[in-house]
Parts: sequence; C-alpha cells; structure tokens
Amino acid sequence: MQAATPAAVERLAGLRSQKPRSLWSDAWRQFRHHRLALLGVGVLVVIVLATLIGPLVWPIPWNVFDMAQAMQPPSLQHPFGTSDLGYDMLARVLWGGRISIAVGIVAMLVSIFLGTTIGALAGYFGGLIDSLLMRLTDLFISLPSLPLLLLVTYLFRDRMKAIFGLQLGTFILIVTVIGALNWMPVARLVRASFLSIKQKEFIEAAHCIGVPTLSIIVKHILPNTLSPVIVAATLGVAEAIITESALSFLGLGFPPDIPTWGRLLYDGQNMIEFAPWMVIFPGLAIFLTVLCINYVGDGLRDALDPRRMNV
Amino acid sequence: MTRYLIRRILTAIPTLLAISVVIFTILALAPGDPLSEFAVNPAVPPEVRQRIRHSLGLDEPIPVRYVKWLKSMATGDFGYSFRTHGPVRDLIVQRLPTTIYVIGTAYLISVLLAIPIGVISAVKQYSIFDNIATTFAFIGFSLPTFFTGLLLILIFSVKLGWLPMIYRTTIDTPGLAGLWEKIKQAIMPITVLGLFQTATLMRYTRAAMLEAIPQDYVRTARAKGLSEFTVITRHVMRNALIPVVTIVALSIPGVFTGAVITEQIFRVPGMGSLLISAINDSDTPVVMAITIIFAVLVVLFNLIADILYGVLDPRIKYD
Repeated sequence: MQAATPAAVERLAGLRSQKPRSLWSDAWRQFRHHRLALLGVGVLVVIVLATLIGPLVWPIPWNVFDMAQAMQPPSLQHPFGTSDLGYDMLARVLWGGRISIAVGIVAMLVSIFLGTTIGALAGYFGGLIDSLLMRLTDLFISLPSLPLLLLVTYLFRDRMKAIFGLQLGTFILIVTVIGALNWMPVARLVRASFLSIKQKEFIEAAHCIGVPTLSIIVKHILPNTLSPVIVAATLGVAEAIITESALSFLGLGFPPDIPTWGRLLYDGQNMIEFAPWMVIFPGLAIFLTVLCINYVGDGLRDALDPRRMNV
Repeated sequence: MTRYLIRRILTAIPTLLAISVVIFTILALAPGDPLSEFAVNPAVPPEVRQRIRHSLGLDEPIPVRYVKWLKSMATGDFGYSFRTHGPVRDLIVQRLPTTIYVIGTAYLISVLLAIPIGVISAVKQYSIFDNIATTFAFIGFSLPTFFTGLLLILIFSVKLGWLPMIYRTTIDTPGLAGLWEKIKQAIMPITVLGLFQTATLMRYTRAAMLEAIPQDYVRTARAKGLSEFTVITRHVMRNALIPVVTIVALSIPGVFTGAVITEQIFRVPGMGSLLISAINDSDTPVVMAITIIFAVLVVLFNLIADILYGVLDPRIKYD
C-alpha cells in the first residue's frame, strides 16, 4: 500500500467538492453544443409566451370584427393585416396559437401515455400479452391514418359537440383521435427497452427484496426508458400540430369561430389573391413552431444518446 | 424463400381482415343515418322508408352486414355512390390516373434527387454541400405541404402569373401548346409533394450511409487499394441502400394519403379530393371504398418492402 501523497489528497478533496454529474446535467452539457437546438428552444419560448401573454396585452380582441377595416394590408395598427371580415390577424394568430399548441401537447400526452402503457405491459409480461399487444400495434401501424382521421372526426364531430359543447367537444375529439393513431412507435420503443432492462441485475435485486410489480415497472424500469420517449414526445408535438392544421385546413377540424392556425389557413386560402397576409402569417407560425420543435428534438436525440456522449 | 413468401402473404390476410373490421365498426357505430335525407323528409311515409332500409339491408344485424359488405368488397364491387348514383368503381377508375400521374412523377423525382444528395452529403460529411443539403432537408420536412402549396400559388400564380392556380383535366388545346399547359399545371403539385419526399428520403439515405461508412468491410476495401469511387459505390452504397429501398417502398401509401392535402390545395381531381368531397357529402360508399383502398395499399407495400429486403439482403434467413 502506498501512502497517500498530499497532492492526491488534494485531488480527491477537489473531486468531492465537485457537483455530482447526473444524466440530466450531462444531457444539458451535450445539448448546449447543438446551437440550432438552443436557438429552437429560444424561439419556441418566445412563441409560447406570445400566445399566452399576447391576447391579454394586444388591445384588439380576436373575436370582434369590423367590416370597415376589412382586408387591410399589414400596418402599424394591424401588424398582420386584417381578414376579409375585418378581424385583426395578429389577435387571431396569437389566440389560435394557444389552441394549436395545446392540441399538439395534449395529443402528444395521449399518444405517449398509450404507447408507454402498451409497450410497458408487453415488454414486462411477455408471452401471450406481448404477442397480443404487438399484433394490435401492427394492426394500428397498417391503418391508413389520414383517411381514418378525416373519417372519425367527420362522423363523431356532432355527437362530441352535443356532449361537451362546441369548443371542448372538438378539442377532445381531435386530441383523442390524433393520439390514438400515433402511439405505435412509442410502444415499440418502450417495449424494446423493457425487454432488455427487465433482465438486468438491479431488477432481479428489486424482485428479491419484494418490491411489488407495479413499482418495479413504474419506479425501476420506466425511468430507464425515458430518453427515447422524450425525443419521441418532442417530435410528436410537432407532428400533432401539423396533423391538426391539416385537418382544419381540409375543413374537418375546428369550426370557424375557433381560429387555430390551420383553420386560419383554410379561411385564407380563397382570399390568397387579394389578402395574401391572411395565409402568410398563420402559415409562418406553423412552420416556425414545427421547425423549432424538430431542431429541439434533434438536439435532444444527440444529447440523450449515451453512445454519442463526448465529454 | 418460397415458403417465406407464402407465409408472409398468409399473414397479410388477417391484417387486412382486421383493418376491414375496424373501418366497418367505425362506420357502424357512428351516429347519424346514411338515409338521413329520407329520415327527415316528411313526404316519405314510414313504410316506404322501411322498404328502402330493407332493400339496402340496413335492418339486418351488424355482423351480417359486415359479411355481405366484405364479400362484395372482395369481388371489387364497391356499391353505388349516394351522390352520383353511379357505381363507386367508375368514380375511382376515373380519378385514379390523375392521382397516379401526379404522385408517381413527384415520387420518382424525389427518389432520383434524394439518393444522390444523401450519398454525397454522407461522403462529404460536414462539408458546405452537406450543411446546405441537411438544412434544406430539415426545412423541407418541417414545412407542412398545405403551407408550401399556398406559398407557391402566391408566388408563381398570384405575383408572377406563370403557372395556373387550379388543375384542370379538361384541357383540350391540341398539339404542343396543350401538352405544355398540362405540364405547367402539374409543376406546383409535383414540387410540393416532391420537396417533402425528397427531404425525408434524403435524411434516411444520409443516415444509412453514415452508418455503413465506418464499417470494417469498408476499411478492408480501402486497404485493398480500391479507388474511393469504387469503395463508395460498390461497398458502401450497396449495403447502405438496402434499408433505403425498403423505406422507398414503405412510404408509397403515405405519399398517396399525403396527396389528399396537395390535391385539395390545387383542386387536382384525384382520389384525395374525391375522398374529401365524399366526406363532406356524407357519401358513405365512396368514403369506405377509398379508405379500404388506402388500407390495402399500406398492407401491400409492407409486404413488398419485406420481400425486397429479403431479396436484397442475403444475410436474412427464412425459416
């Protein structure tokens, strides 16, 4: 045994005073190097804050129109111009953004919840449950999603409106349908991680000390599958925003009095020759949001992938 | 291989059946009556209404209706449109060529562009070309097609007046002028679809190439003294393009359904706009027929992708 030299003692002390490194701090260090992803986070924060605070601050209400002010090009008074009915486009884009972003987030939560539950059950229990759930996943992957989305929203729209009211009914319907048609990749990811992690020694240890099954699944295995799920969730928000916009753009999403970005495009497309700003601003809002989310997702993928860690 | 083929085709059948059950159930559970037009019309006496329901088989239990419907679908009989009262098959046959022409051209162009761009991007990773190409691909795949379409209309139809806003199948100008008109009106829809597909496929190609380049067999090829060009085309590409080929096959159904939006923007009279107008008119037989056709496409191209993968990659064993 060699006696500890003063230098080594000092080094050890230095190490001890350093903050411990966790997965998240490592991920953050990695994420910071992805400049476009950082920029994406910045722009996204601006967009989200604008839609949250904007409608409170902007003096012109989104739902009051003024025919005398119809089809005004962008000006100081109406920075995004006005619509064919004289609505202020800035007010509508800000208000609609709330709904578009909310749809994106809630639809993502629905699909992540479904995907994680199904993937976890299939991966943990295996056997018959696994093969049944995986057949279900395969079936859902084979469904033609856009036609089904159109069909289901069309067929069930009126009933949902009758039960939950116009706004909430459409919201619940769209969020559920988008979520229910997008959970399959998450289920496969979670199942694959479960299959490998449930074999690890620490899970065996947990079994030995009598941890109940539910808490093994939720507390011991699930946190270890989070990385790919977080990436999928981020990209899922962008996908859901595009899907909602596409539905509204085809006239099968939100009704005219709920101006989501897609709905604004739908209303503006026939006025494109006379009032192009009715199309440009909502379209740019969708594009910018989706682009930023995709960059953030890309950055997260690099940051959370342990194989790509370079310290 | 033959055994694998047969087994793979046999497993596609239950998938198709399950999809047909799902689609049929959605329609059967949906509120609203396909005969609502008659249901609210006071001029139609109840017994006549009953007779119509009976003649359409609507008074039978749902499983019986499903079996009957499945039988006629399997024989290619899609029933009659509520709107035009003609056979649904005629409507589809009439719309299909336009869709295939527009989508097919767009997809072909994007495959021809995406693969070389992806390959060069990966070979010259982090070069200026790669940076421009990946940024372009990222933007292309974040731009929703409905916005790209409207932007193109704004620039090339409204501002510049170069291209027509609306797609027409009724162009009958003779000779080259007519042909040019037909080409001109297809440029924007093809660009919109092509941009999105090129972006997605290019990302796949680049990723697949990047995975293959550091492999040992590539180093061996270089060590043998082969030229860089031979190494890339014979050794890297041949392996990297296997997953790309399957992705090309797998995305075809998605291109069809994605074209619903593009067709709607440019008023292209294809399958997608037929679906949207049928949904808006509550024309159930047409809606069901198109949804089923899209579902069959998905299953079919999954099958083709699996088979292609097996043919291209000899490492895969079937038994």
